[in-house]
Amino acid sequence: MKLTLKVWRQHDASSEGKIETYEANDIPQEASFLEMLDIVNNEIIENGGDPIAFDHDCREGICGTCSLTINGVPHGKESAITTCQLHMRKFSDGDTIFIEPFRAKAFPVIRDLVVDRSSFDRIIESGGYVSIRTGSAVDANSMPIQKDTADTAFDAATCIGCGACVAACKNASAMLFVSAKVKHLNSLPQGLPEKDKRVLKMVEQMDKEGFGNCTNQYECEAVCPKSIKSEFISELNRQYATATVKKAIG
Amino acid sequence: MNLTANSFIKFYGSSIGKKVIVALTGLALIGFLLGHMIGNLKIFAGPDKINGYAAWLHSMPSILWIARIGLIVCFVLHIYTTIRLVLENRSAKGNRYVANATVKASGASRAMVWSGIIILSFVIYHILHFTVRVGNDYDGYIDASGRHDVFRMLVDGFSWWPASTFYIISMALLCWHLSHGFASVFQTLGLRTERTWGLIKTIGYAYSLIIFIGNCSIPVSILAGWISY
Ligand code: HEM
Ligand code: FES
Repeated sequence: MKLTLKVWRQHDASSEGKIETYEANDIPQEASFLEMLDIVNNEIIENGGDPIAFDHDCREGICGTCSLTINGVPHGKESAITTCQLHMRKFSDGDTIFIEPFRAKAFPVIRDLVVDRSSFDRIIESGGYVSIRTGSAVDANSMPIQKDTADTAFDAATCIGCGACVAACKNASAMLFVSAKVKHLNSLPQGLPEKDKRVLKMVEQMDKEGFGNCTNQYECEAVCPKSIKSEFISELNRQYATATVKKAIG
Repeated sequence: MNLTANSFIKFYGSSIGKKVIVALTGLALIGFLLGHMIGNLKIFAGPDKINGYAAWLHSMPSILWIARIGLIVCFVLHIYTTIRLVLENRSAKGNRYVANATVKASGASRAMVWSGIIILSFVIYHILHFTVRVGNDYDGYIDASGRHDVFRMLVDGFSWWPASTFYIISMALLCWHLSHGFASVFQTLGLRTERTWGLIKTIGYAYSLIIFIGNCSIPVSILAGWISY
């Protein structure tokens, strides 16, 4: 395959970035999107250039490290996959592809396509955990939990924290991420005692990090590689309002 | 008390709190729209009915003013809060994509500010037109029983096609605003589940359409000459 890549290049957080054009020749259809970039980078390095920086780790859709906004859509327009699971056979010979970093004020660019997502870590630190030792797998099995509750908690827990929801959101809101974490922990008995505190703290940290406000457009849900549902956002709204009232009346 | 006040201030300062205020005020306005429309449809029952309805509303000035103040507060809070949300959102996004794409967001949801601004200009015009009644001698319209002749005011007011056209365009934009806003209220207040979502959206579209058709039927009927005196 022969492709034209329009790639966002930016030296560091403080410098101005711009789109640069690369011609990618002889790209096998079987290559993943990241492998395609590896091939392009090899050529750049051979020519003495500066390779395109991008994030990746597991390359099998489980770690949430890869990012990239491809033709305006985080992880590309195929649904329910990460960039590392996207294959070049989904493109056509001669295509022009725009590759940009996940864009949000709370995700500053470190270099080229690599952004700093530690704002997500700070949201987790603010309440996305259970304070007590919950034991090992054996203890979990000895605690009866309704099947549908366990299933929903698991659906929420599949969030890999990649940040595509923020990148897709026209307001750079982190509500889908936060709602998934809150839903996961607040559904289970281990998380229940800290339910209200968790939701108040996590939303407070989310706002402090400078994420935008949800306007119910559901772009997040459409791009989420794990198909996290915007229903969780609705529940987060309710839990936050309820926790505020409970706190106000003591 | 202090704790309660503090909690409220913190709530309003938060992203979700502001959204909840937009939703609650939007819901109050949605409720008002239905009552307002049903009342005005009395014009189809003839001059006596609509003039009587107006006289009845004005016969209890304290309740009328409480309702008016309530509506003004909701309207102002709704607009003030949405402006804050929009400004915060612009700044949170920072740089836009060079290749921008929309996967799912509806046109209505993306144009809330613009439909809102037209609604605002409409509401101002509408109040000056029929409530304050500037520029016309509508105050001098009195019917045979000595009541304000609302029927004749409406017929005269809507016979001027530029006014009717502006009303109809505004109603179309209000309908569009609500086609996103109605269901959005349930999302924001946490009153929906995956199972009820389809139904809520359908009711929202139907409600928006009813408000559009009901309100537009009045200027259209007057322009067409179906209602006259
Ligand atoms: C009769 C008048 C109006 C009604 C019934 C109404 C109703 C609504 C409703 C129900 C929502 C959805 C709330 C939610 O997301 O939960 C909404 C959102 C919104 N309204 Fe209105 N509205 C009215 C007038 C206005 C005006 C005059 C403006 C602006 C100048 C405005 C601007 C907005 C904006 C920008 C949003 C989106 C806010 C967001 O999603 O973050 N609205 N409106
Ligand atoms: S690299 Fe781990 S999810 Fe893509």
